[in-house]
Amino acid sequence: MQERGVSMNTRRGTPATAKATTCPSKAATGIAGFDEITLGGLPRGRTTLLVGSPGSGKTIFGLQFLAHGAQQCKEPGIFVAFEESSARIVANAESFGWDLVQCRQHKKLYFMDAQPLSDMVQSGDFDLCGMLSALDAMQTEIKARRIVIDALDVVLDLLSDPATRRREIYRLHEWLLARELTGIITAKADGDEGTAQLHQPFEFMQFMVDCAVILSHSVSAGVSHRNLRVQKYRGSSFDENEAPFLIGKRGLEVAVMRVPGRVDAEVSTERVSSGITRLDTMLGGGYFRGASVLITGFSGTAKSTLSGAFAAEACRRGERTLFVSFDSDCSEIVRNLASVNIQLERHVKNGRLRMISARSIAGSAETYLVRIKTLAQEHRARCLIIDPVSTWYRSDKDLTSQSVADRLIDWSKAAGITLVCTSLLDEMSSRAEGDSSLQISTLTDTWINLSYLVQAGERNRGLSIVKSRGMAHSNQVRELILSDTGVTLADTYAAGGEVLMGTLRWEKERAARIASEAAEASTKLKRVKLDAEEAELMVRLKSLQTELTAKQVEKELMASATLSREGELSRGRSQMKELRGADIAGSGRK
Amino acid sequence: MTRPSRYKFRLYVAGDTPNSALARTNLVNFCQLHLLDRYEIEIVDVFREPGRALQDSIFLTPTLLKLSPSPAGKIVGTLGEAAVLAQVLGLGSFTP
Repeated sequence: MQERGVSMNTRRGTPATAKATTCPSKAATGIAGFDEITLGGLPRGRTTLLVGSPGSGKTIFGLQFLAHGAQQCKEPGIFVAFEESSARIVANAESFGWDLVQCRQHKKLYFMDAQPLSDMVQSGDFDLCGMLSALDAMQTEIKARRIVIDALDVVLDLLSDPATRRREIYRLHEWLLARELTGIITAKADGDEGTAQLHQPFEFMQFMVDCAVILSHSVSAGVSHRNLRVQKYRGSSFDENEAPFLIGKRGLEVAVMRVPGRVDAEVSTERVSSGITRLDTMLGGGYFRGASVLITGFSGTAKSTLSGAFAAEACRRGERTLFVSFDSDCSEIVRNLASVNIQLERHVKNGRLRMISARSIAGSAETYLVRIKTLAQEHRARCLIIDPVSTWYRSDKDLTSQSVADRLIDWSKAAGITLVCTSLLDEMSSRAEGDSSLQISTLTDTWINLSYLVQAGERNRGLSIVKSRGMAHSNQVRELILSDTGVTLADTYAAGGEVLMGTLRWEKERAARIASEAAEASTKLKRVKLDAEEAELMVRLKSLQTELTAKQVEKELMASATLSREGELSRGRSQMKELRGADIAGSGRK
Repeated sequence: MTRPSRYKFRLYVAGDTPNSALARTNLVNFCQLHLLDRYEIEIVDVFREPGRALQDSIFLTPTLLKLSPSPAGKIVGTLGEAAVLAQVLGLGSFTP
């Protein structure tokens, strides 16, 4: 009993370790994001089942896999078209810029038209041996390493019973394995992901193949959503979650969620100017390079102006910048910002600044993200401005927009791109400061809130820094002043528990100026008075001193006069004595 | 009675796989029954001549081509149903 347990354990353990050591090598698909999800691509020399509803992008997936193999990996490929004619497939894929025509000419790609023709009559059972023989011939000729069998369900539907279908799938699968071709077999599924009903033989095929990928396509609130999920992948770990994808300009692009354990982006302590000197001071030097900045505010609070100032400053430093606007045309922005002395036109002309009006991009938040990423990469942007990011929320009223915003921040951080996005607050619903509709505020590094202060019949713009990670920042509300000389901030007056702006601030300033002038004048006056008093006292002091000297002289004179009189008197007495001849005794008796 | 014409067939088979062997037998039986000796059958084994399959776009085996008389016809399968065969080959008047 015990022994059995042990042996079972080892049996269970061995394949796992064997798998880990002999991890199947992978064939890159060249599909952005997909190779990351699968940690390298499809299993090399094995078969992958690609299932999806009609129009979910199966054919494009397959073509991209072949085109990438032929062009980048020196792996020629074969495309077996059971449904559409190869001419149409190649023509449709022309816009992706894969150069399929050239690949065909150079014998790197071969397209096999295997559509059952309409004039074909069927009588009884058949098999795919013909196709496999033809493929053998082709494979030897171009030394194919990759193969896509598109819409196998079309041909299997012609077979009468499940057992025959199964037999043909086996035949095909074994043929693929024997030739060690990296293969994709695509098949239609009815309905969306989750309710996906595979045709019966494919259900069984999911068990057989080494890798299964499910594509789904759904529409919610008029916006199309495409999702991709790797259902199984033998011998490899992979991201099991559903990942949104879209069919972009260069093929499929799969949005990758942040892979746990990925190395954190390099954190920079470099500061980049916000374009407004006083705002830089408030932030203690500017934004961090690679940080994400959120500017929230109601409509008209100068969010675009603030982001424009950042763009202009970035371009002035010589950094390539991408400005994506969702609510205005580019020329309008340039014109409007020129009125506050933010000159973008020359940067646009010399190519440093690329402005995109994204009103033209329709679709889900996912579409926006991928488009923006592509544009930023094309432009090699170091700074990215999205004005406003809250549009995403409008077009996509569910959780995806949230995750898209997360990924935007995540991606820009990893790419070292300084991101400034604005978010429009809904004036009606969220009066409370900082109720950012997208809730991306928790992820951003710096959050600046712009507000209106209505006071004394005026609307003035206030700016405050709600948070700014990793830097000391001012806690004061400043007034944002737009003028034809530029944008600046002014100190606001806090009086009686109220913040004063605009005219009130100006009045307050003027009053203060007058008060200080008055104070200065009175000081002067006082000084003069004091000087006079001092002078007077000095005069008085002098006269008193003179008087004192006079008195002293008088006193001295008086003393000397007394002395001489006394001497006179005694002398006179003795003279008298002498004259009277009085005797000494007599005088002594007296 | 119309002038009897000569029938030319080409049958693509995949070696001796059951379907192909069956088709071969069925075809020969049918021809002997309905066309007597007014037929020629060319057998192409796609296993031996994979290039031929590729060239002639034969992906499903067995496949029977009627080359002449026109119109040309194409039948995929084991050819078990004589009625279907007769119809496609333009032998409607023959009843098995």
